[in-house]
Amino acid sequence: MTSVREQVEKTYLKPETQVEAEIKPVEVGDTVRVHTRIKEGDKERIQVFEGIVIRFKKGGISSSLTVRKVSHGVGVERIFPVHAPTVEKIELKAKGVVRRARLYYLRSLHGKAARIKARTQTKREGEASE
Amino acid sequence: MIIRMGLVGKKVGMTQIFDAEGHCIPVTILELGPNTIIQKKTKNTKDGYGAIQIGFSEKDHKKVTKPMAGHFKAAKVKPQWVLRELRINDETKLGELEVGQELKADIFQEGDFVDVTGTSKGKGFQGVMKRHNMKGSKQATHGTHEYFRHPGSIGCRTTPGRVMPGKRMGGHMGDETVTTQNLKVVKIDLEKNIVLIQGAVPGAKNSYVMVRQAMKKLLRASSKKK
Repeated sequence: MTSVREQVEKTYLKPETQVEAEIKPVEVGDTVRVHTRIKEGDKERIQVFEGIVIRFKKGGISSSLTVRKVSHGVGVERIFPVHAPTVEKIELKAKGVVRRARLYYLRSLHGKAARIKARTQTKREGEASE
Repeated sequence: MIIRMGLVGKKVGMTQIFDAEGHCIPVTILELGPNTIIQKKTKNTKDGYGAIQIGFSEKDHKKVTKPMAGHFKAAKVKPQWVLRELRINDETKLGELEVGQELKADIFQEGDFVDVTGTSKGKGFQGVMKRHNMKGSKQATHGTHEYFRHPGSIGCRTTPGRVMPGKRMGGHMGDETVTTQNLKVVKIDLEKNIVLIQGAVPGAKNSYVMVRQAMKKLLRASSKKK
């Protein structure tokens, strides 16, 4: 049985198909492109923020992604409420290999050290696709 | 005369929702109504004032005491768990309401402001820092001993030779009636009797709350009319 709270939240969540396709595959360490709608005066445009997911806080409607990138030598982090209507699309660019749930250690690393190893197909996934 | 309608309900819990612009709004979910009018009090009877008694949440008839069973029987309604009284000093409004009538959340509208009354969470015996927001000791070093969270001096010397009444000290905190004023109604679902209210509401989950139209907004509206 779903609780009253879940029923209320359900109407504000993103559609199931979008959750399955865009949100569920995202994991910590992945590189994503987040498309957000931005209002300038009465015009609207899409802004893309690309970076590494350093935190994925799960919790229904209050789920959020923290994405970090280094822009002109300055570290920039943005927190996106995943289910907000302003977050238009989340695009998965690359999977990464990490051993932690929160990648805060990236903040103290620079340059080459701050890279994350890309995940190529693992053995199990290879078998599944065959 | 200000007519101030209200309902009794149950606090379900808190969550957040997004509005059309994408702003995140913290909301409290309330199960509000349906309420049944159990009794009507009027100025000309022995009650001497105008009011209605409303009930919320049906109760098993086995759990009702005999005097209460008689009270419900007189109104020809099913026994209810929570009974609250609403003062209505307007004769015409009181005439519109009938015993046994059901009140639902449609007495409010989305965007309205309400006052929510509930019983705050019990905090037990608390010191002066938590209970009265006192500052405690100025110093944590230089030999301060067992005085970090104390209230300081509580009075004078031989005159008056006693502590003044009402001096703020440690003691039981919480579990008292608290009203939060001017909370915005964000959404009303009449089918499920669910109302979303912006911000926090006094009390724990599953506790009963009284929601009434915001007094200050009504007062302002009535003074503008004049």
